[in-house]
Amino acid sequence: MVKGLLLVGALFFSVSGVPLAAAELVLATTTSTYDTGLLDALNRAFEGMFGAKVKVIAVGTGAALELAKRGVVDLVLVHARPLEDRYLAEGWVINRRDVMFNDFVVVGPPGDPAGVKGASTAVEAFRRIAAAGARFISRGDNSGTHFKEREIWRAAGLEPGGRWYLLSGKGMGDTLVQASLMSAYTLTDRGTFLAMRDKLRLEIVVEGPVKGGDPMLVNPYGIMAVNPARFPDRNYILAMAYIGFITSPEGQRIIRELVVDGEPLFHPTALKQRPDFSEYVPRDWRGG
Amino acid sequence: MSEILGSVEGAFSLLFHPDRYLLSTILVSFKVSGVALLLCFPVSAAMAAAISLGRFPGRGTVKLLVRTAMGLPSVVVGLLVLLILSEAGPFKGLLWTPGAMVISQLVLITPLVLGVMISSLEGVSRRVAEAAHVLGANRLQVVWAVIREARTGFLTAAVAGFGRAIAEVGSVLIVGGNIAWADGTSYTRTLTTAIVVESRKGNFETALAFGIVLMVLVLGVNLVLSLLGRPGEAR
Repeated sequence: MVKGLLLVGALFFSVSGVPLAAAELVLATTTSTYDTGLLDALNRAFEGMFGAKVKVIAVGTGAALELAKRGVVDLVLVHARPLEDRYLAEGWVINRRDVMFNDFVVVGPPGDPAGVKGASTAVEAFRRIAAAGARFISRGDNSGTHFKEREIWRAAGLEPGGRWYLLSGKGMGDTLVQASLMSAYTLTDRGTFLAMRDKLRLEIVVEGPVKGGDPMLVNPYGIMAVNPARFPDRNYILAMAYIGFITSPEGQRIIRELVVDGEPLFHPTALKQRPDFSEYVPRDWRGG
Repeated sequence: MSEILGSVEGAFSLLFHPDRYLLSTILVSFKVSGVALLLCFPVSAAMAAAISLGRFPGRGTVKLLVRTAMGLPSVVVGLLVLLILSEAGPFKGLLWTPGAMVISQLVLITPLVLGVMISSLEGVSRRVAEAAHVLGANRLQVVWAVIREARTGFLTAAVAGFGRAIAEVGSVLIVGGNIAWADGTSYTRTLTTAIVVESRKGNFETALAFGIVLMVLVLGVNLVLSLLGRPGEAR
């Protein structure tokens, strides 16, 4: 009986991983960076360099920052600057760096039933979709993409509602699949759309700034460490090593070289001619 | 339709030529759900015996609570375990490990296993207990006789518990984090959460293939367990 209990206990710990002291880093990020395969490429290089394994928790930007606030991850890589600024200002995360950007695009069913093509801005496109009552799927999940979408509706002076406006509550990939199946419009980051384009019956109806489109659709990604003063048990040193790596020429090269059908998914922005202190702190920070 | 057929074909070629991703994912699924069942089973058996054969006030209420908890939503269990584990304490290091997944599945399946065990014990208890008593058994021997008689029900409890654990997505996704290493080896990614990732990426065939693999493996487990529990053996 005692033997049996010991066996069960040993089995439990063999799967729990607690006694292992190997260095591990927990990175909370968005589905867009994970599903495109970018993080696998980055983490292979990081693991080769530092011998430390990276656990990727792929959720939305809102959830990633909440996990940081609870001190259950070491760093976050997200894309919603206003929200990032709030968590930076409250001191949950520190040492933010710009990593890369891509852009959002508005996509819709082939044939463009709401006649959105030709709209030069996302705001104009959203107005046309609302006026036509064409089906639109929102992420509805506090993700970076959802934040951007709400920003666009606000700028258009519209409060979306009615049966044409659906909340998927799912990740970008799921939402694109749903939009494709339901012949709906949606806002997506270009990276996820490019990576999945051949599985979707959707096309771009408003371009983002990468292709000379609406500057409002820029989608910058930032990385930041969980504040070690708040959570001394988190692996701050390794988190900073990762931030150093992803913003280094090597990390930025890996980002630049991730290409689908000849199109880069993300554009690295960490290497700068001169320091830009506004990336480290909330944008309205005045010192002190 | 052709997509489904393609997936079935893909699933079987995957099953016969498994890659590292599939193998490690199967291993995670079986390890986590298997350990959860191993930990749950003896405790539930003891509790079921106490509840169905014991005489104490509030027995009805306990049974009602157990039956209600049989329908616990897995996402709620996952969230609760996440919030409890994220409180600073000795168990904080368990988050994002298979250990956390074992805990959440334990919470999830114990009421189910317990409930089925209680029902099966109550199905046999009176006549068997009386017979054992007449034959001069003491109290402990009576309990043992009842449990022996209810062993088919206990097997059903184990199968149901394992089935719920291995088919469950909500709680393991939240507390395990659905982690695969960069080399494509699953760490806290189960067959079910792999289906979530693959369908999110639009890889429907792979997702469906993983689902078929899951069903085939559960069928295998059921076959083995039903052979073990065939009536007329080990009497």
